[in-house]
Amino acid sequence: MLSQIEGSRAVAEAVARCRPQVICAYPISPQTHIVEALSALVKSGRLTGCEYVNVESEFAAMSVAIGASAAGARAYTATASQGLLYMVEALYNAAGLGLPIVMTVANRAIGAPINIWNDHSDTMSQRDSGWIQLYAESNQDAVDLHVLAFRLAEELSTPVMVCMDGFVLTHAVEPVDLPDPSQVDAFLPALRPRQVLDPAEPVSIGAMVGPEAFTEVRYLAHLTQLRALDRIPVLARELRDVLGRGGTGLVDPYRCEDAETVVVALGSVLGTLKDTVDELRAEGVAVGVLGVTTFRPFPADALREALRRARRVVVLERAFAVGVGGVVSADIAAAMAGTPQRHYTVVAGLGGRPVTRDSLRSMIADAAADQLAPLTFLDLDHDLVRQATGGQP
Amino acid sequence: MNTPFAITLRVGSSLANKTGAWRTERPVYVDRMPPCNDACPAGENVQRWLYHAEEAGYQEAWRQIMADNPFPAVMGRVCYHPCQTACNRAQLDESVGINAVERFLGDEAIRRGWTVPVTAPPAGTRVLVVGAGPSGLSAAYHLRLRGHEVTVRDAGERAGGMMRYGIPVYRLPREVLDAEVARIEAMGVRLELGHPVTDLAAEMRDGHFDAAFLGIGAQLSHRTYLPAGDSARILDALSVLRTIADGEPPRLGRRVVVYGGGNTAMDVARSARRLGATEALVVYRRTRDRMPAQPSEVAEAEEEGVQMRWLSTIAHAGRGSITVEKMRLDDTGYPQPTGELEELAADSVVLAIGQDVDRSIVDGLAGVEVRDGVVQVGPDMMTGHAGVFAGGDMVPSDRTVTTAIGHGKRAARHIDAWLRGARPARPPRPPLATFDRLNTWYYSDAPATVRPRLEPARRVSTFDEVTGGLGESTALYEARRCLSCGNCFECDNCYGMCPDNAIVKLGPGKRFAIDYDYCKGCGICVAECPAGAIEMVPEPR
Amino acid sequence: MTVQRVKFYQTGSFAVGNRLLDPAQRSTQARMDRANSITSGHRACQGCGEALAARYVLDAASRATDGQLVVVNATGCLEVFSTPYPESAWRVPWLHSLFGNAPAVASGVAAALRARGRTEIRVIGQGGDGGTVDIGFGALSGMFERNDDVLYVCYDNQAYMNTGVQRSGATPPAARTATTPAVGPQPGNTFGQGKSAPLVAMAHEIPYVATATVAGLRDLEAKVFRAMQLRGARYLHVLVPCPLGWGSGTGETIRLGRLAVETGLFPVFEAERGEVVAVTPIRRRLPVEEYLRPQRRYAHLFDPAVRSDVIERLQAMADRNVRRFHLEGKR
Ligand SMILES: Cc1cc2nc3c(=O)[nH]c(=O)nc-3n(C[C@H](O)[C@H](O)[C@H](O)COP(=O)(O)OP(=O)(O)OC[C@H]3O[C@@H](n4cnc5c(N)ncnc54)[C@H](O)[C@@H]3O)c2cc1C
Ligand SMILES: Cc1ncc(C[n+]2csc(CCOP(=O)(O)OP(=O)(O)O)c2C)c(N)n1
Ligand code: SF4
Ligand code: SF4
Ligand SMILES: [Mg+2]
Repeated sequence: MLSQIEGSRAVAEAVARCRPQVICAYPISPQTHIVEALSALVKSGRLTGCEYVNVESEFAAMSVAIGASAAGARAYTATASQGLLYMVEALYNAAGLGLPIVMTVANRAIGAPINIWNDHSDTMSQRDSGWIQLYAESNQDAVDLHVLAFRLAEELSTPVMVCMDGFVLTHAVEPVDLPDPSQVDAFLPALRPRQVLDPAEPVSIGAMVGPEAFTEVRYLAHLTQLRALDRIPVLARELRDVLGRGGTGLVDPYRCEDAETVVVALGSVLGTLKDTVDELRAEGVAVGVLGVTTFRPFPADALREALRRARRVVVLERAFAVGVGGVVSADIAAAMAGTPQRHYTVVAGLGGRPVTRDSLRSMIADAAADQLAPLTFLDLDHDLVRQATGGQP
Repeated sequence: MNTPFAITLRVGSSLANKTGAWRTERPVYVDRMPPCNDACPAGENVQRWLYHAEEAGYQEAWRQIMADNPFPAVMGRVCYHPCQTACNRAQLDESVGINAVERFLGDEAIRRGWTVPVTAPPAGTRVLVVGAGPSGLSAAYHLRLRGHEVTVRDAGERAGGMMRYGIPVYRLPREVLDAEVARIEAMGVRLELGHPVTDLAAEMRDGHFDAAFLGIGAQLSHRTYLPAGDSARILDALSVLRTIADGEPPRLGRRVVVYGGGNTAMDVARSARRLGATEALVVYRRTRDRMPAQPSEVAEAEEEGVQMRWLSTIAHAGRGSITVEKMRLDDTGYPQPTGELEELAADSVVLAIGQDVDRSIVDGLAGVEVRDGVVQVGPDMMTGHAGVFAGGDMVPSDRTVTTAIGHGKRAARHIDAWLRGARPARPPRPPLATFDRLNTWYYSDAPATVRPRLEPARRVSTFDEVTGGLGESTALYEARRCLSCGNCFECDNCYGMCPDNAIVKLGPGKRFAIDYDYCKGCGICVAECPAGAIEMVPEPR
Repeated sequence: MTVQRVKFYQTGSFAVGNRLLDPAQRSTQARMDRANSITSGHRACQGCGEALAARYVLDAASRATDGQLVVVNATGCLEVFSTPYPESAWRVPWLHSLFGNAPAVASGVAAALRARGRTEIRVIGQGGDGGTVDIGFGALSGMFERNDDVLYVCYDNQAYMNTGVQRSGATPPAARTATTPAVGPQPGNTFGQGKSAPLVAMAHEIPYVATATVAGLRDLEAKVFRAMQLRGARYLHVLVPCPLGWGSGTGETIRLGRLAVETGLFPVFEAERGEVVAVTPIRRRLPVEEYLRPQRRYAHLFDPAVRSDVIERLQAMADRNVRRFHLEGKR
């Protein structure tokens, strides 16, 4: 049943229907509305069997989640930006321990300069943390991905991050079809942890591993993530069967079949991109869009298949690896290595700058004419840069 | 993939890691010689019997004493307890009241009628013991325990030797002595009293004895030349005490002078007070600290009004008075006359200047050596005559009941071996458990208990026992003051304090073992053992 | 004839065991069936006070909870020496996450158990002084402030031992560490720095705060038992001499713990809801020098010259403790 609801509230409702047992979070914009809603659900008694822990930091939030998960509880937290970075040490630890924690990241830029607005700098910085990363295009997507995330995390015993654009999605009120609790229950069985802290069967978790087995441990982590590439499409299909909607889980091609130019992107910008593509298609431009839902593990095969026929690929980056360029594009280039395809990296929408249809149109036009610089900053204010550099470009 | 948490590997137990390999030194349990045991002339395992007493195992404690000494109740009264002098606890507060506990145990045994069974099979050998003093009775007891047939012959009418005819009843009530002697008799030791042995060889031959033990003591009062008027009343200490013991006290008069500085002198002086002497004066040639008498005896005598005159000799004894001469000690500590004289009133003079051995019994026994007035024996207590052993006051000795008992025990061990043609097992002598080896932190603070004593006022009018016994609870308390020097008493410190769980507790009474697979050799157990019963030794290669 | 009439038990409760006491009154460590929560084969240094104290605490907690225990461990010696892959010395359910998050992880475990309706299982968090009073202090304070049902135990060896003996906020003045070397006019750690974690813990007004040492086993066990009777946040700060870091003999561990108390340098007390309710009085007061001399970390106070000025300042600290905590009262 569709309801007009704020993205954060919708996600909170979806998470609640996944029956988490421990929620621990520290406030940071633009994540706040999610955890506020959840705390209200717990406090009001609408969400039972769940402990809501008001922690003193994001580091503690992730740590509480680690403890809760190791003790056999379904654990959830949410954060953004500085908060994500503040919990980094624990982030790696949760992944290293293979704890099926689910976390929402309301994507936001990283300071300095401090900036509360949306881009993907935060989650992109953690792409190698060992967490599975799923990016939501819409609030509906975000809601459904959380249901998928719990199932995936628990099946593989590895943590999953659901990334949704801060403000753009979290604070947007739009119609969302919340999954029915019975639908969630049908899809998501109760947590059956692989290993749990239990006096009945004492285990040691988190032992020190030296050179003799550290590589193997890392390799096993890699295998787990590769297995996710097999499982995600299967689970996504299963969820689609239950909910009657949803994507393929790994990548979502849009009008790519005969596209000469394909724009690759993650998150909410896909909506604008698709509108732009529709416009350009109407004008006869052979352009398509490829949305990446699963960024970690990196779905190289699926991407290769989707981009196989394109002559050029534009990667629209919502983050930027200073001193190098694109983050996503590097992975795509590696995946497409050996093909004659041209690749362009466009850095767009940092720190909440709007990515407009006009800008996208001219970007695609330049690309189609192969007149786009390999690394382009969309809508860069050259005057400002010149002022700051004292005349240098 | 069943690997726990997907990527953390399953771990096994650290027991696979044998940390014992780190060790360069290893702790080992030792049983050191506690100073009390070391000092006990009868060789009692004091620490061990206190251990039993600590947990109210009085009968076990008593049996442990009986393994060495058949006279606990007598000991608890007359022993000068060198064990207490040596006791390590003295360096902490006061020594353990070993003697008092021993007396409690001895009395408890008498009260409850505990007996000692003879379990050894008959040895088929006969031993003659001459003298039913402590040395003879001890030898008889230990020989009997080893299965020998033992006959004790004594000239006296009652058994006990000096325990009966020397030591006054106010220190050793006779029913106590009787009970302990009777217990020995009940074990099958034949006592033949009123039987002076004059021809040892003949008695041995006639009685078919395979060996003999002589314990005839030093029964002859030492004589000295004392210029005296005809009418002076001069007696010797032994006969005075003997007549008192026989119940026919001599008339000593109101002012009694005792000449000598030993225990016998104290006993005579104190007895004199009890017999009505208003003045009892001990005259001694040297200073107080050189007196051979036990300080406690001197103190008790003084409490009872006995007066002391140090650095004095009797120059002349007359009727109703004596003349004393002042002495001074020369550089060698020997008393020299000063010529200063003084006259003192005295109704009688009792000489208590030592006892001599009647050596006639060994006259004509080939090989027996007599030197310094006593019969010489080897470390095995055998005289120069094969098969004839001797002990107690008649051999070189410090002349105490306890030493006599120790001699009897040692002689019995060697007689047994000699009769069996075996070498006696030499009990091992471990190193001494010195105070510095203890970790005294662990012992609770506990001042010594004082034995109740009769009021001095009452003492001078009766021969009642002066020193009382401990009640059960105070005996228990006193036993628990023992530090268990050098011997594990299962305080669990090693077991509890090993950071590597390398000490295995074997259960009550079974002590501990060290698991050298895991012991890293840190030495905490050694440092924290209160008793110093663990030692660090270099790791054997 | 019963033993009970005599109220003197030879070693009383000073020694680990006492065959003269009723079995129920004996220490957990004296029992043949103690849990041995951390078992043999761990790689702690010879004479490590931390390894020992951890067994003391967890065995007692195990007994108090009938084995219903989960342990969360911060990074540090205790973690490293107990679980080098492929072996673990733990016989209790045990989790190590990070250096600075043990209190929070423990909170998470407690929250999970509450959510799962398994509150009969009790949670213990533990770590070294560095993990506790420094890097984990925020998490610890949070755990306290929320009154989470966790007993947190700090094994205080007064420095970062695992990384090679660097100064921590619990390192005492004048002590030499790798980052407060014994050089210059004021060698060793600076006076006037550092914090008392137990006092800060008390300021949270949590149900229970106590200090103890590895040398006072019965006291330590009693405190663990008391702590396990209570719900909510509890804190136990245990002094654990470290032969490596302190430069002391491997067999001296217990003795140094004892000396720390007997000199007054380490006050042993108990507090409930922010108020001191009991102190362990000094039994035989000793000058601080007795404690300092056997430790090489204080060697510069005696060689080449005796630094009486510094020793006096340390003595003054001890004297202050004695006054402040009334350590010379009757036992
Ligand atoms: C007054 C006095 C007080 C003492 N007080 C103490 C004290 O408090 N504590 C202490 O430890 N010591 C004390 N002693 C010393 C102690 O009594 C003796 O050292 C000890 O009794 C010696 O024991 P024994 O077996 O060698 O000889 P004795 O005890 O002298 O016994 C020898 C026995 O042999 C018998 N006998 C002798 N000749 C013959 C023979 N030819 N045939 C058969 N029988 C014979 C005697 O009748 C006697 O019974 C005291 C001594 C005296 C005199
Ligand atoms: C975030 C972080 N910083 C630093 C370290 C390095 N480190 C590991 S253990 C340790 C010292 C531990 O000291 P303490 O907590 O006192 O325990 P101890 O080893 O002394 O028992 C340090 C600094 C780390 N593991 N993690
Ligand atoms: S303390 Fe005990 S073992 Fe030690 S000397 Fe005294 S009585 Fe003997
Ligand atoms: S360095 Fe110290 S705390 Fe660490 S294992 Fe060694 S003794 Fe124990
Ligand atoms: Mg430390």
